[in-house]
Amino acid sequence: MSNIILSAKNISKSFHDPVTVQILKEVTFTINKGEFVSVIGKSGCGKSTLLYILSTMDTDYEGELQIDGMMMANKKEAELAVVRNEKIGFVFQFHYLLNEFTVLRNVMLPGLKLGKYPFKEIEHRAYEKLKILGIEKEALKPPNQLSGGQKQRVAIARALINDPVIIMGDEPTGNLDKKNSEIVFDIFQELSKEFKQTLLIVTHDNEFAERTNRIIEMEDGRIIRM
Amino acid sequence: MNLKLLTSISKSLLLARWKQTLVAAIGVTFSITMFITLLSFMSGLNDLLDGLIVNRTPHVRLYNEIQPSKKQPIDLNSEYKNHYNFVSSVKPKNELLQIQNSGAIMQMLKHDERVLGVAPKITAQVFYNVGNIDLTGVINGIDVEAENRLFLFKDYVTAGNYIDLKNTPNSIILGKGAAEKMLANIGDVIQVTTTKGERLQLKVVGYFQSGLQDIDKVQSYASMATTQKLLGESNAYVTDIQIKLKDILTAPKVAKELGKLFDLEAIDIQTANSQFETGSSVRSLISYAVGITLLIVAGFGIYNILNMMIYEKMDSIAILKATGFSGKDVQKIFIGIALTIGLFGGMLGLLFGFGLSQLIDQIPFNTAALPTVKTYPINYNPKFYLIGTIFSIVTTYFAGYFPSRKASKIDPVVIIRGK
Repeated sequence: MSNIILSAKNISKSFHDPVTVQILKEVTFTINKGEFVSVIGKSGCGKSTLLYILSTMDTDYEGELQIDGMMMANKKEAELAVVRNEKIGFVFQFHYLLNEFTVLRNVMLPGLKLGKYPFKEIEHRAYEKLKILGIEKEALKPPNQLSGGQKQRVAIARALINDPVIIMGDEPTGNLDKKNSEIVFDIFQELSKEFKQTLLIVTHDNEFAERTNRIIEMEDGRIIRM
Repeated sequence: MNLKLLTSISKSLLLARWKQTLVAAIGVTFSITMFITLLSFMSGLNDLLDGLIVNRTPHVRLYNEIQPSKKQPIDLNSEYKNHYNFVSSVKPKNELLQIQNSGAIMQMLKHDERVLGVAPKITAQVFYNVGNIDLTGVINGIDVEAENRLFLFKDYVTAGNYIDLKNTPNSIILGKGAAEKMLANIGDVIQVTTTKGERLQLKVVGYFQSGLQDIDKVQSYASMATTQKLLGESNAYVTDIQIKLKDILTAPKVAKELGKLFDLEAIDIQTANSQFETGSSVRSLISYAVGITLLIVAGFGIYNILNMMIYEKMDSIAILKATGFSGKDVQKIFIGIALTIGLFGGMLGLLFGFGLSQLIDQIPFNTAALPTVKTYPINYNPKFYLIGTIFSIVTTYFAGYFPSRKASKIDPVVIIRGK
């Protein structure tokens, strides 16, 4: 039981506008600690929707969601924010770095929000994460001076800063060229192997998915392979 | 820690858009500047106009009025009780003007803790003799020192030294208008005749200018002793007792009480000069209304700029929320921005307002009616600065509240998936 990081039970979701369309139909699965899972499926099969429900950002669904042994139902918005801050690291298709801050500061922000460590310690940890990703030299630059691949790596460092129990990615390589995709994949692989980091990545890149530990394939709001 | 972090995020967002922020802050600065200046100037003017009357008018005046006897002898006759009597043989007597036992009354009033000071006064009807012509006039016999202490007598003596009135026997300070008519210079001796026909020569030691021309043509001042001599009365003769209270608002109540106690006519300042109070309060009301309007306009400016900023920063807000900042945190960040604009702009506004007031204070303002005033009047009441500060914070808070609430409600999913 303690090995289960994330468990989804009978998760359903419907859009009601303009007509009711059920987009997720009783999705049930679990993710164990240290697993590198990818979710694939055709456009519109509900994989992104599922991810946002799992990430707690979307609360309009039916079913049960447990992250790190905690029930997510009936939690308030602020409590869910704390969960996201502490337990989940995000990597999106677009990097979403704040141009007002340096790279280092961008990485530090979730850590500062969590406030578990003093400022100096967080700064040190942020450097460490950047070092893992090989971009510590860019730490003091504003993000808009970095290349696309570098930005995505900063975004990954930001996802790692609070040592989350799971990293979720929504097409993290979708915006990158072959070479940078490769780098990002290698980083995920390394995180998974060396740091036993649990990863859940939504992608439509089958080649990417093939190389992960486990593939969850979805079609029409249902899991057809896992 | 959390607050410090949110503040630093506010600061970064603010500095990243410093030109917009500056424009918003200038809006607040301008409105606070005008608010302070307007109120200081208006209130200075109010004080000046009120001072014209309030400073020189006793809060309560005790006096005797010449009144016919309420009961004529015929009324006392029971035979004519049910008749209409029109025989009024008993006429008012002259000595009725005198306040009986004035010394004891004043002594008692001085010990009353509501009373700031008491000054006796004698009003004497006279004629100023100019060649063949007699001008009607009034000489006020005053206790020079008490009059100066309570009613700022010195301020209205435009030429000569007011204290000479006490030190020089048989001296007079003439109203400016009267002096001009009589061609009397300081040091000249003029002659006055009382209504009883007594004549007395008085030395002019100064001019008096009240700002109200009709008064200056008629009124003059002399010491109590001189006036008593002029009227041929004893040194206990007093016609008016002027009282200045610690709290002007209690005047009507005190007047009623004293009038009853001493069996004298008593009039309070509010009854005597009600029009001034009305004018003052309406003027203040208008200045406050204009000032607050300016602030609200500035508030809309902040509202617009924040709305724009939030629209531009949609992505940043989304990612902040995705990485664990709650809606409240986001709201605090933007309210922080609004309050910074308000505080910064407000403080500058207070400074500029003070500066502008100082500038207006230097502009010459000479008017024959107001001898003591040389420049435009300004009231530097700290109250205005306090109100300005509070209003700038409150309006900017609300200007920030609504856009920031919108920001806090942004759904990160919509933004992130929209890309």
